[in-house]
Amino acid sequence: MGNEYRIALAGNPNTGKSTLFNALTGLRQHTGNWAGKTVSLAQGSVQFKDKVFQLIDLPGTYSLFSNSTDEEVARNYIVFEKPDVTIVVLDATSLERNFNLALQVLEMTTNVIICINLIDVAEEQGININERLLTNRLGVPVIKISARNKKGFPMLLDTIDRIVTGAIECHPVQMFYPDEIEAKIMKIEPKVREIVGDHLSSRWVTLRLLDGDEALLNEISKRLVPEEV
Amino acid sequence: MDKPNIIKLVNGQKGNLIKITELNLEGVMRRRLLDLGFVTGALVEVIRKSPLGDPIAFRVSQTTIALRREESSKIEGELISNGE
Repeated sequence: MGNEYRIALAGNPNTGKSTLFNALTGLRQHTGNWAGKTVSLAQGSVQFKDKVFQLIDLPGTYSLFSNSTDEEVARNYIVFEKPDVTIVVLDATSLERNFNLALQVLEMTTNVIICINLIDVAEEQGININERLLTNRLGVPVIKISARNKKGFPMLLDTIDRIVTGAIECHPVQMFYPDEIEAKIMKIEPKVREIVGDHLSSRWVTLRLLDGDEALLNEISKRLVPEEV
Repeated sequence: MDKPNIIKLVNGQKGNLIKITELNLEGVMRRRLLDLGFVTGALVEVIRKSPLGDPIAFRVSQTTIALRREESSKIEGELISNGE
C-alpha cells in the first residue's frame, strides 16, 4: 500500500505507445497498425525499486478535444482520473505533428514526461534531438527511447520514480494567447477556480469554456457536482 | 513582387504547393483540421485528386490526409509553386 502509482500513456496513433506498454509490462497486448486500434484502456504493472507502477494505455489520438470517443476517453482519464504521471509518447521522426498533443497535455496537467520514441529510426534519418534544450523549454523531463529495442527504459523508469517521490518537480511551460483571449481568461478564471477548486487546472477549464466545449462542461457537472451533495 | 496568388485548396492541382492563409470553418471541424496540421502558415502539397476531383489527398506536416470538397473548399492559401 502507498507504493502503487498510476502512470498514463498518451500519444498519437502509431508512435509505439502500445509497444512501450508491452515492453514495460510484459503483457501481450495486441498492437495494430491502424488508427484507433487501442479502444479500451489496457492496464499492466511494472515493478521498480520498492514501487509498483500501474500503466494505463490510453487510446492513440492527434488531439484531446475534437470530440471523438477515443479523444474523450483519453482526455477524461488525464483530467478526471488524475494519474500520478502522464507520459506523452512522441514519434521522433514527426515531432511537429506530435507536439500538438504534447502541448495540450502540458496545459491540462502538471506531472508529465515527454518520451521521444523511435529515436533509432530518427537517427538513421539524420535527425538529431537535443532533449536537454527541450526539457528546459518545456519545463518537464524529455527522454529519448527506442521501445522496440528497449533503449532508454532505465532512464524513463528512474524519471517516473523521481517524479512520484517529488525529487523532480514539473513546471510545464505556460502557453500564452493573444491579448484579447488573455483578458477574457483573467475575467473568467477566478470564477472557474471557485467551482473547480484544486480538482482541475482552472486556466485549462477557462480555455475550454472560451472554446465552447460543452462536452467538457457536461463531464464536469457529472463528475464534480455529486461530490458536494 | 507579384501579388500573392490565393486559391482554395479544392482548386489545387496535383503537385501544387500551397501555404495556408485562412480556414473559413468553425467549431469541431475547424478544431479537427487544426489538429491534423491545417494551420495558418503550414505548407500543403496536393498529392493526388480522385477521378471526380473529390476527395483530394494532401501532404501536411509529414502525413497524407484526404479532405472532402466540403472542407477543402473552405481552406484558402497562397499558391507557392506549381510543382513543375
